[in-house]
Amino acid sequence: MKDFAYLSAPDVPTALQAIARPGARFLGGGTNLVDLMRQNIERPDTVIDITRLPLDRVEELPGGGLRVGALVRNSHLAAHRAVRERYPMLAQAILAGASGQLRNMATVGGNLLQRTRCAYFTDLSAGCNKRQPGSGCDAVGGFNRNAAVLGASASCVATHPSDMCVALAALDAVVELESVRGVRRVPLTGFHRLPGDTPQVETEIAADELITAVELPALPVAAASRYRKIRDRASYAFALVSVAAAMHARDGVITDIRLALGGVATRPWRAHQAERELLGAPATEESFRRAAEAELAAAVPQSQNGFKIELAQRAITATLRQLLTEGGAA
Amino acid sequence: MADVHLRINGVDRRLEVEPRVSLLDALRERLGLTGTKKGCDQGACGACTVLADGERVLSCLALAVQYEGREITTIEGVADPIQRAFVRHDGFQCGYCTSGQICSALGMLAEHAAGAPSAVTEGLAAAEIELTEAEIRERMSGNLCRCGAYNGIVAAIQETQETRVAERDVPTLVEGRR
Repeated sequence: MKDFAYLSAPDVPTALQAIARPGARFLGGGTNLVDLMRQNIERPDTVIDITRLPLDRVEELPGGGLRVGALVRNSHLAAHRAVRERYPMLAQAILAGASGQLRNMATVGGNLLQRTRCAYFTDLSAGCNKRQPGSGCDAVGGFNRNAAVLGASASCVATHPSDMCVALAALDAVVELESVRGVRRVPLTGFHRLPGDTPQVETEIAADELITAVELPALPVAAASRYRKIRDRASYAFALVSVAAAMHARDGVITDIRLALGGVATRPWRAHQAERELLGAPATEESFRRAAEAELAAAVPQSQNGFKIELAQRAITATLRQLLTEGGAA
Repeated sequence: MADVHLRINGVDRRLEVEPRVSLLDALRERLGLTGTKKGCDQGACGACTVLADGERVLSCLALAVQYEGREITTIEGVADPIQRAFVRHDGFQCGYCTSGQICSALGMLAEHAAGAPSAVTEGLAAAEIELTEAEIRERMSGNLCRCGAYNGIVAAIQETQETRVAERDVPTLVEGRR
């Protein structure tokens, strides 16, 4: 690992001043950044440790939402009683990711910024437009079984790896960003960018901004929600396909629906098309299947990942069926 | 260079390290605590698991400077019946993953005792979660064993948990007799 200057920020203003240094990066739990630094994928000149900032609390918002500090550990958020009862899909999504040790280290803010696990991104001898703009994409025509079928471009087909963000996308979460210029709020669904021809720019965050919190709005339908993850191993593996879903039906008609997909897209994928199909539709297997087909209609497979399209459709249908028959995960 | 103070296994230790030195390398190369093992060095295998303020973490992904002032427990600081249980149940073959398995299991049992759910927990809002074999396997999935001693590892953890539950009930009985 390349050497770097280290600074532990005692408060937010100090951190926001320090990030102006050339080649400076914030360091949270380190579960992704330290790994990438060791592989020389990330080479910061200054590392600003933010783990001592007072952003590690989960607070109730007036009106029934939650404000989650950016440095709340993944494990602590998943175990939080209000999350388990009011947003069970979020607790399930977090618990479906990584391992116990990693969840104890990883922060909420860091989870939002984690990098793809596309094999070519971490292979310094390979072409990867995300790591080295203009170097090409070796996943197209290469090993692309794990690649995206939604939201990809000719320059990048890498999936976003997070489970947590899939639930946050479904829950209408809002990301709070702070810099010396002030505070702004960005919806989670607009936080991650599609790759287009600039896959190296992954989010809306500016170079001098710090994620300070994620807000979960009050969302009664989320109490009946689930996260389903399909992967090659039963545990400790990234998603091939995942579904975050919340549904409310009255008299057999769907009156509220939140749906998002993971493992299939270049960013946490809010399934707007499926939601439009489902809202007001009868809560039946037929509706679920039609909505799933509508969402995946725009899917474009690579040479090895065509199976994800049908798998995603089946996973959506199965998750909604389970919500209908068994209710949420709480 | 950075001046780092850590409390390791109850002893205050001070060392000068470059910021890029991992907690794992600081323990092994600088402090001679080689019980903590380096497996993958990229957060995938769990061999380097230690406890930081009682929580299990991966020391290979931890920069030593980040853990300034923290209480670190390595296998050298563990004296727990779980160690005999691993021996009794053949919870290892080559032994390379064992210190990580044991530190992870201790952290895991504490998480469970505090009421934390897992990915296989049915009914997330339940107050009590039974530590079934499926729960143990899921909660320990971050510790790989190349020899495949998983059945023995699970049995050792199960026995430790049962003993702890039984012993937790003893003081109540003693108190009741007074």
